[in-house]
Amino acid sequence: MGVAHMAVQSTGSGTLKGYGIPGQRPDVIFAAVVCGLGLIWAMAVAALGYEPEMRAQGWIYGTGFVLGLFGLAIAGSKGHLAVDETRYNDSIIKWGVGLSTFWGIVGMLVGVVIAAQLAFPKQLYFEQFGFLNFGRLRPIHTSAVIFAFGGNVLLATSFYVVQRTSRARLFGGILPWFVLCGYQLFIVAAASGYLTGVTAGQEYAEPEWFTDLWLTVVWVAYLLVFLGTLWKRKEPHIYVANWFYLAFIVTIAVLHLVNNAGLPISPWSKESYPLFSGVQNALTQWWYGHNAVGFFLTAGFLGIMYYFIPKQADRPVFSYQLSIVHFWALIFVYIWAGPHHLHYTALPQWAQTLGMTFSIILWMPSWGGMINGLMTLSGAWDKLRTDPVLRMLVASLAFYGMSTFEGPVMSIRAVNSLSHYTDWTIGHVHSGALGWVAMVSFGALYCLTPWLWRRARLYSLKLVETHFWLSTIGILFYISAMWVSGIMQGLMWRAYNEFGFLEYSFVQTVDAMQPYYIVRAFGGLLFLAGACVMAWNLWKTAKGDVRASEVADETPAMAQPSLAPAE
Amino acid sequence: MAKREVDDVSGVETTGHEWDGIRELDNPLPRWWVLVFYATIVWAVVYWVAMPAWPLWNSYTTGLRGHSDRANVASELTGLQTARAPMFTQLDATPLAQVGSNADLMQFTMEAGKAVFNDNCSTCHGAGGQGAKGYPSLVDDVWLWDGTVDGIHATLQHGIRSGKDEARFSMMPAYGRDGMLQAAQISDLTEFVWSLSHTQDVNRAAATRGAELFATNCVSCHGADGKGDPTFGAPNLTDAEWLYGPTKADISGQIYEGRGGVMPAFGDRLSPSQVRAVAVYVHSLGGGT
Repeated sequence: MGVAHMAVQSTGSGTLKGYGIPGQRPDVIFAAVVCGLGLIWAMAVAALGYEPEMRAQGWIYGTGFVLGLFGLAIAGSKGHLAVDETRYNDSIIKWGVGLSTFWGIVGMLVGVVIAAQLAFPKQLYFEQFGFLNFGRLRPIHTSAVIFAFGGNVLLATSFYVVQRTSRARLFGGILPWFVLCGYQLFIVAAASGYLTGVTAGQEYAEPEWFTDLWLTVVWVAYLLVFLGTLWKRKEPHIYVANWFYLAFIVTIAVLHLVNNAGLPISPWSKESYPLFSGVQNALTQWWYGHNAVGFFLTAGFLGIMYYFIPKQADRPVFSYQLSIVHFWALIFVYIWAGPHHLHYTALPQWAQTLGMTFSIILWMPSWGGMINGLMTLSGAWDKLRTDPVLRMLVASLAFYGMSTFEGPVMSIRAVNSLSHYTDWTIGHVHSGALGWVAMVSFGALYCLTPWLWRRARLYSLKLVETHFWLSTIGILFYISAMWVSGIMQGLMWRAYNEFGFLEYSFVQTVDAMQPYYIVRAFGGLLFLAGACVMAWNLWKTAKGDVRASEVADETPAMAQPSLAPAE
Repeated sequence: MAKREVDDVSGVETTGHEWDGIRELDNPLPRWWVLVFYATIVWAVVYWVAMPAWPLWNSYTTGLRGHSDRANVASELTGLQTARAPMFTQLDATPLAQVGSNADLMQFTMEAGKAVFNDNCSTCHGAGGQGAKGYPSLVDDVWLWDGTVDGIHATLQHGIRSGKDEARFSMMPAYGRDGMLQAAQISDLTEFVWSLSHTQDVNRAAATRGAELFATNCVSCHGADGKGDPTFGAPNLTDAEWLYGPTKADISGQIYEGRGGVMPAFGDRLSPSQVRAVAVYVHSLGGGT
């Protein structure tokens, strides 16, 4: 996986102007030292780990670091460590596109499996294989779709966008590769940990202390790559998409460090004590959890929106002023909204008030992104008829607008007293996750593949259309089922008779939800099928094929970006 | 570089910047967007004035309405207990068998009992008391232990094999697992037990051999006629009700294993009035006299 297009000035020894001998370059030394130290630690854990699952983590990390060292040695011996500053680093983005697609399908497949386990708990409960049951698979699903799929999409698109809009190659020599590969190691270590029972038990922050530390190393490197690229930009201003990416990277770092603060019981144990306990832990957890939604799944993906929608529509962004105001409002307000996850709990009421009111204030800052995206299409609405990729991107904004309205509504304490702990919340999350995050990612992947592999068009626009409808119908099945099921569940829980006695037992509410669980699993299956259609389409596009029945199609396929090099 | 130009389609000026072909229009903020944004801020400020909102050094702003979730819950619970108190007092003073003769008291007791049942009993006995394999059905008139309302109350109060001294206790030996009977003998005994409630599909020779085994091992609890005895919790083997399943395999499995379930002592978990209410409720589902 060497750096492509580097033949121009490379000499026999693989050095280029401005970059020394690979063995003396700080980026190469950094990667080699991290892999070497990591390998020593991993071997020690494999030998001395208290628990068998900790020793297994040692083997997984050890394998990762050995692969890293091998990669460095092979790339060095073939001259692939040389860096050509006159070219964008596109090969890393190609890998990012492939990894995004792969992890997306893995995460959605696990989602369909656990949805089926909820719908048919008797048939799909595996007594002999406990690690395949809901409790272990659920964090794999959430982490795979958020961090593995979403994270790789953000890595790939941010690397693409920051290079194009800064007219500069990614900073740091091989540091971007360290980030991408290190992030995959994080994913594999975390997921294998969940399967074997290595978990901190905090939602969306399940990895244990050593995997948290590893992600910190990778994330700081990511921040350096991003800032360094902005630093050497050849544009006078920083494009709005990069503000959002930078806010995402910085804030996720802060959230990750604070929420996962803790003390391992031993360097050789998987177990650790969290720094916070009781209601402080709950508040920190939801400050983290809600802002993972706000900065990972909203700010980061708004960065995608701000590049790919104007690019694909070939129209200027609607309003520069709106992008400034809604950016700062979003950043300032989002960070307060976490306590709305803890209404009517041991959390003091004043904190609940602040969480709720800031969630309401957040409504317009969130919608600013939707307005700016949708209004960018003025003068280009006709393209929606012919360009299914643009339609995918626009539909994602519609779902974004819907779920960022639903969120503030659900944060109101009176509404929350009905919706909290019910499937309504699950439906809300998925209208955002499937409708906004996944759809805008699909749109970006459909744009990036022909651009990166320099194809005139996608393999098939008809298949994009198929994907669009599979996704949209799948989401509608999913969220309608969860609305009905969630509101029914909430109403059944609070049903009292004239003497103040509860009307239903918990198991009766579970029983009543089964039909909706089946509908939900079906909706998820449609969505997964759509993602598989996309994977096929992207694969064929990268190979350079055009679907036979569409060869003669005269429809202008894609807005072609300028392929000019950085300088 | 910053060259402001006019966009042909909208007639709006751009900001003059360009990134990879992307330009920005210089449109002002949409008026309705600004107004709604301000409105939400105003609403939030009003809410902060009215309700508990901002932390202070070691207290917080309590708000003009003096609202408190904790105080509200406490007063609602007190109100509920006060409203229910007369009926619970009446229930505690009435012998269980006579609760049914007072229509108002019976209605209240049934509602209270159902709520207790749903939260505590339905996990094992099913939401309607229909039971499952290993968990007795409560909706028929077949009772392992005393099925009168007072008998049910005693079972609820102390539990079955709960470890308490007053608990109902019985134990069927694990004839197979503990090597008391051989496989062939268990097979014969199964044929005999099967023949007590079936005329079809009976191996007469085996059943005859089983009858002798039954006489030596089983009659002390299940009786010579196999009709059992609720005093020891010994089930009737001549009817169609089977706690651990109705097939020959189920029966021989039970002779082999000698299973017996555990029911907790709900006297330790619920108030005396609640135990009384749920006893009346369960009895109403299908009490034995």
